[in-house]
Amino acid sequence: MVTEKDVEHIGELADIGIDNVELATFTGQFNAIVEYFDVLDRVQGEGAVTRDLYNVLREDVVEPSLSQDEALQNAGAQEDGFIKAPRVM
Amino acid sequence: MAVHTINFEPDDRYNAFLKVCAKPTHGEGNLAGITIAVKDNISTQGIETTCASKILKGYVPPYDAHAVGLIKSAGAAVAGKTNMDEFGMGTSTENSAFGPTLNPCDTGRVPGGSSGGSAAAVAAGMVCMALGTDTGGSIRCPAAFCGIVGLKPTYGRVSRYGLIAYANSLETIGPMANNVTDVSLLMSVIAGHDRKDTTSHDKPYNHIPSADIKGLRIGIPGEYFGKGVDPEVAVVVRRAIGRLEELGAVIVPCSIPSMEYALAAYYVICTSEASSNLARFDGVRYGPAVDTKKSWHAAYQDMRKQGFGPEVRRRIMLGTFALSSGYYGKYYAKAQIARENVRKDFARLFSEVDVLCGPTMPTIAFKLGEKSDPLSMYLSDILTVPVNLAGIPAISIPCGKVQEMPVGLQIMGRPFEDERVIDVAYAYEQAAKP
Repeated sequence: MVTEKDVEHIGELADIGIDNVELATFTGQFNAIVEYFDVLDRVQGEGAVTRDLYNVLREDVVEPSLSQDEALQNAGAQEDGFIKAPRVM
Repeated sequence: MAVHTINFEPDDRYNAFLKVCAKPTHGEGNLAGITIAVKDNISTQGIETTCASKILKGYVPPYDAHAVGLIKSAGAAVAGKTNMDEFGMGTSTENSAFGPTLNPCDTGRVPGGSSGGSAAAVAAGMVCMALGTDTGGSIRCPAAFCGIVGLKPTYGRVSRYGLIAYANSLETIGPMANNVTDVSLLMSVIAGHDRKDTTSHDKPYNHIPSADIKGLRIGIPGEYFGKGVDPEVAVVVRRAIGRLEELGAVIVPCSIPSMEYALAAYYVICTSEASSNLARFDGVRYGPAVDTKKSWHAAYQDMRKQGFGPEVRRRIMLGTFALSSGYYGKYYAKAQIARENVRKDFARLFSEVDVLCGPTMPTIAFKLGEKSDPLSMYLSDILTVPVNLAGIPAISIPCGKVQEMPVGLQIMGRPFEDERVIDVAYAYEQAAKP
């Protein structure tokens, strides 16, 4: 059973922003969906999955990329050629 | 090379497009002068790309997705960006922040989703071809509901570079068109290796469809005609399979036991990946500007509450929940085992048969607003998600009608046998011609 308190906590973790009206709706929907997920309790099988596939990595060589202007063109707030974010402290 | 300009002024009464390119240019090549609509979660240099979300309003990508670069190089004219369920999360295109797309076959019904705009644009004849994306059926479902052809390629066959990620391990870009030949042609342009996508395989597609399916073994999983599948849809699809048998195919009844939990596994995995992927949308690097005067969490919560629609917020939270401490083992870890079981079921069947056939969707296109409860909408994906869990190719082609609405026949194949799936679809299409 997922409680409103659980959903509020998840909303905090996901930085999603929930108000009290939504909290009741989401909690109801969550319970129906999570109840459906319980079918996974019946799953049997091996935990580890191995494949004949490997990571594809390259040497860290500098290559042409976006210019500073291009990288900044979609940023809402900028200062001195940098992207500006909300304060952390 | 000569550059040509064409006029593109579609009558978009179905709200298929989020952005129309009125005077697209094109060059020479296999797709010279062909108008192609591009789903709005695929990056297009200089053309606004929003994923049908308010959180990306105004975002103009500084680069093209690899697949977009390839169609341009082949001479195609990018006609515009098509409507979709926000970030690909939905089965009806009703979850768009910019209003639903209507089904051209019946405007009171949904076109399917999430590539509903691409399907409607093709079905209504506004464009010849379209690019869609398929995470759990998002190409095949709208193809079935709108009566067109849509291919979900093998995972890794088409580069995902520039596809704005929702659930990386499941999704792929794929071709949509009015017939199998055009789908095959578009596939031949977009398939192939791309070093910018580390999951890309070096498997180009150079294939001309062949209608010879004599001796081909076609498996019919009982689960695809079971509970939840509209009996009238089942009848139409069985008749289409009978047609393939007349053409010389051998029909083999079979079973996919893991279907029991495939849908639950799919939703745990896709929401988990979404919760991580969509963390990047915070109004800092793109989209409407975040209020930098507020504190970190307050600013992000305000931005994401305003910017994401209800279904996206629901899925981010579901994924956060499935990955959270105390629940990971019960949900995410179990879903990964379930996924492996689905893959093993398909591998076992493909040692006995060449392709599998069944309906694409359990019903015809539903009415706008009919499925307001999220779980009932999720259940519509039951026949399409197993393919994404296993990474195999599958196509949907029109195979008849129920209540004047199109029904899709789904053909699923072995990994990297997209050609064979195309051939079976082509054989049916040629045989069904009036």
